Amino acid sequence: MKETIGTTGLILNEPLLWEKGCNGRIGYSLPRQDVPSQPLNAEWVCDGPDFPDLSEVDVVRHYTRLSQWNYGVDSGMYPLGSCTMKYNPKTNERQAALPGFTGAHPLLPEDLCQGTLELLYDLQQYLAEITGMDAVSLQPAAGAQGEFTGMLLIHAFHKSKGNPRSKILVPDTAHGTNPASAALCGYRSVAVKSGAEGVLTPETVAQLMDEETAGIMITNPNTLGLFERHVKEIAAIVHGKGGLVYCDGANMNALMGIVDMAAIGIDVLHLNLHKTFSTPHGGGGPGCGPVCVREHLEPFLPNPRISQKNGKFSLSEGFPESIGRLHAFFGNVGVMIKAFSYILSMGPDHLKKASQLAVLNANYVKEKLKDLFYLPHDVWCMHECVFSDKHQVAYHVTTLDMVKRLMDYGFHPPTIYFPLVVSGAIMIEPTETESKENLDAFIEAMRAIAKEAKENPGLLKSAPTRCKVKRLDEVAAARRPCLTG
Amino acid sequence: MRYLPHTDEEISEMLKVAGADSLEDLFTQIPKECCRRLRLALPEAKTEWELNAHMDRLAGRTASAAQWKNYMGAGSYEHYIPAVLSYLMGRGEFVTSYTPYQPEISQGTLQGIYEYQTLAARLLGLEVANASMYDGASALAEALLMACRITRKNRVLISRAIHPHFRQVAHTYFAPTEHETEEFPFLENGTTDIAGLSGKSDLAAVAIQSPNFFGCIENLKAFADKAHEMGALLITTFTEPLAYGLLKSPGSLGADIACGEGQSLGIPQSFGGPGLGMFATKMAYVRNMPGRLIGKTADPDGKRGFVLTLSTREQHIRREKATSNICTNNSLCALSAAMYMAVLGKTGLRALSQLNIDKSAYLRDRLSQKGFPQAFTAPNFNEFTVKAGPEFEKKRRSLMDKGIIAGVPLSTYYPELSGHYLFCVTETKTKEDLETLVSEMTS
Amino acid sequence: MKSIEELTFPEDRLYATDHEWARFENGGAKIGISDYAQDQLGDIVYVELPSAGKAFKKGEVFGTVESVKAVSELYMPIGGEVTAVNETLADSPERVNQSPYEDGWMIVVKPLDPTEKEGLMTLPAYLEMLKGLA
Repeated sequence: MKETIGTTGLILNEPLLWEKGCNGRIGYSLPRQDVPSQPLNAEWVCDGPDFPDLSEVDVVRHYTRLSQWNYGVDSGMYPLGSCTMKYNPKTNERQAALPGFTGAHPLLPEDLCQGTLELLYDLQQYLAEITGMDAVSLQPAAGAQGEFTGMLLIHAFHKSKGNPRSKILVPDTAHGTNPASAALCGYRSVAVKSGAEGVLTPETVAQLMDEETAGIMITNPNTLGLFERHVKEIAAIVHGKGGLVYCDGANMNALMGIVDMAAIGIDVLHLNLHKTFSTPHGGGGPGCGPVCVREHLEPFLPNPRISQKNGKFSLSEGFPESIGRLHAFFGNVGVMIKAFSYILSMGPDHLKKASQLAVLNANYVKEKLKDLFYLPHDVWCMHECVFSDKHQVAYHVTTLDMVKRLMDYGFHPPTIYFPLVVSGAIMIEPTETESKENLDAFIEAMRAIAKEAKENPGLLKSAPTRCKVKRLDEVAAARRPCLTG
Repeated sequence: MRYLPHTDEEISEMLKVAGADSLEDLFTQIPKECCRRLRLALPEAKTEWELNAHMDRLAGRTASAAQWKNYMGAGSYEHYIPAVLSYLMGRGEFVTSYTPYQPEISQGTLQGIYEYQTLAARLLGLEVANASMYDGASALAEALLMACRITRKNRVLISRAIHPHFRQVAHTYFAPTEHETEEFPFLENGTTDIAGLSGKSDLAAVAIQSPNFFGCIENLKAFADKAHEMGALLITTFTEPLAYGLLKSPGSLGADIACGEGQSLGIPQSFGGPGLGMFATKMAYVRNMPGRLIGKTADPDGKRGFVLTLSTREQHIRREKATSNICTNNSLCALSAAMYMAVLGKTGLRALSQLNIDKSAYLRDRLSQKGFPQAFTAPNFNEFTVKAGPEFEKKRRSLMDKGIIAGVPLSTYYPELSGHYLFCVTETKTKEDLETLVSEMTS
Repeated sequence: MKSIEELTFPEDRLYATDHEWARFENGGAKIGISDYAQDQLGDIVYVELPSAGKAFKKGEVFGTVESVKAVSELYMPIGGEVTAVNETLADSPERVNQSPYEDGWMIVVKPLDPTEKEGLMTLPAYLEMLKGLA
């Protein structure tokens, strides 16, 4: 019998921190007390929080065991659509950990942090070049904050023109952060239906665009993995009524070195450094969501801004039309260092190759699975493709059942039930860092699962069986929330 | 290239399967006028060794803790980070994992963050903490918005003794909304003026930072009582959570929401980010709270497990009606913070907090004796403000040539406080360091 | 999810297009959601209801009902002032799944305009509507 990637692994049980330990233990080396101890005013102080006391051994074993319950990109493939879970280069970690960077206080006088300012300035230039846009702010701490920043820029622009406008167009394929970010800015989202071919049509946009609409938020390529080929015409329609075009750049991995975002009519876009630019996902963050803008939005960019004169770098808050600060300091510099390293490691030709191979990988997987899984749009996709559970409905097997079984085969599931326009959606984005044999193993696993769905659906319904736990009761977790120990 | 595994042969085979003649072929779905005409104008790819040299050069041109004695705080703190943390935080299973939407293969992150939530809630004296926000500033902004949602009122009062950048971020978040922010003043003793609340109506929340930007400890209980009397929530914020190793927790003093910056808990300064937005509140408000939440549950065999829960508050379900747009947070930083709190424990945390107080009190008193009096009389934690006078700036610049950064000048933030400098002393400075600083400042 | 034949729909009440039901008794109207609605939602984890004394117009949102993966708005089938709220749903939201017509009732209102009753569907009309949705 051929062995799969999926096995039970080394899974040791480990209690919660406060279920271990013993009063008086410590895992930390207390620095020397070389100054007198201060008396404390009983009015202000107390015993301190109820933390467990643990030894260093306790802590190391605890977290080593916990880590062994986690799947990571270092363990195997994550074909999560719109997440771009590409390999996280280790040289990036070496650079971000340099004491010169980690030990830098953000309020250092300019001449004491020229190295870091140079890095940030160069990164801005690189991102502007890659997107084709004119100016960049690295401040937003994640994609969603980048979107919020984009909305604020659009809002500030319209306010400066005298009419703040109240609505924004949001396609039905948009990520949930899009309407949420628009709402934070006081905009009412107006849904735009995608056409039968899965892309936006100029006619639909024209019908909805008016002078009360601030603009449109598009994702390109969209969440069906398709290039919005009418984007230039749509941008013209929106611009024609004085609106602006925001692009959710989460899917930039398909376009590096290939598409010019300014040329297609984008006024502002955000990037996800933790997607396209290989910085690690960290179990949920930190990320970094820089915004890139055309000239006409530059005056509104967040403060402070980094500039360069005669080889000297400086920070300035002298931009009166700026929307202000989004972050206490400059954003997630530790993450930016990793993206900077990545861009320098890849260089212009490999960045383009990365996009080309990302698209090749997605099309390869699509072709190899479309006979067993329903493909709503049977065309060349970009860096991701979307299937659904339509063929498996007859066996009472859902998308959820199939992906839970995929874990037993040693793969992280793809994105499921998104985009909302495809019922039971399965969004697969292999990324370019997966080799052909990894893809073949994934394809084989998916094909085996399609067979099981037909012949032995019970296996899927009870999956996963090889992980630390089986399917967890999410209903009980929501009905009677237990959020602290 | 070591991150692009495809050989030319494999590419050929795969193109055949995809039905394309070449890689360029796959992009014909993109109209010509959308495409770049020129090659990306970026530096040529560096080898790993060239990159190391380049980065070493850039890092070497930044004044960092290794070679410098830096006495700045103001929202970013130099604390020792044990080798244990760097070692454990290097584990690829933590660093390279995704958000735990598939809980069965993410129990490491999920239990780790559940533990963080618990320790954060205990530190702040409240019933529930979320899995993190980006930083203290955005956490405060989100807390203020949450208070408006809960009370259905539109105005928030923010103390001027809160970190200036936190206030700026709050203004940015509030600008496009129908809600209003108003600032109220601090007293000569360095604490916020409770009289600033009088006569205000229709308040959703009052926000106070403790220890505040000047390092002074605020009377949170008095503000809690007054705010509640006025039908408003008390939001407390902080930039130095180590203070709560000893000081009474915000929750125990009546805070409804406690939020702030957790960078001191085992996270490197890294020129200001990534940090850790900590956020805690009462269970009664949990459905209004932004950010991810991890809850305990069980599988069909009765085995304990953890899952993301109460997700219906969040953007991927609620979309425009979500409590916030936040998606990616600072999960890995929250895990670091939990590890730091774990190695310190109750005993270690109390001792470390005491040491911070002792070290900063030593410098404060020595400077007072030597002609640098304290600007504010209120008790402080590990930061304090010194009245150094208009001549000091020159001296401060000359100290930089000796590798010493003597505090943060406050005049840019508070024009009325020119000649005032904010000093921070943590456990990282020895008595010898402090005596050197005193002698240099008085020479 | 069940087929219409497997679900129950009592005759003693009227139904709205958004799947709320209203039962008129003792001068008031008791309101809840139909078996079809609870079946579509799946396991209900939380129900948000207004407090007594609040008044809503017909068609206005009076609360929400949540499952793990979705939230649905609850719309007033007729306008009225809330006179009673089923507090047991706070601890036991599953009652809506188990007994949508009895223990899972949500609110009782004092109707503002008695003629609004005419706008609701009788059982046969509601079943017709459901068949059209399938």
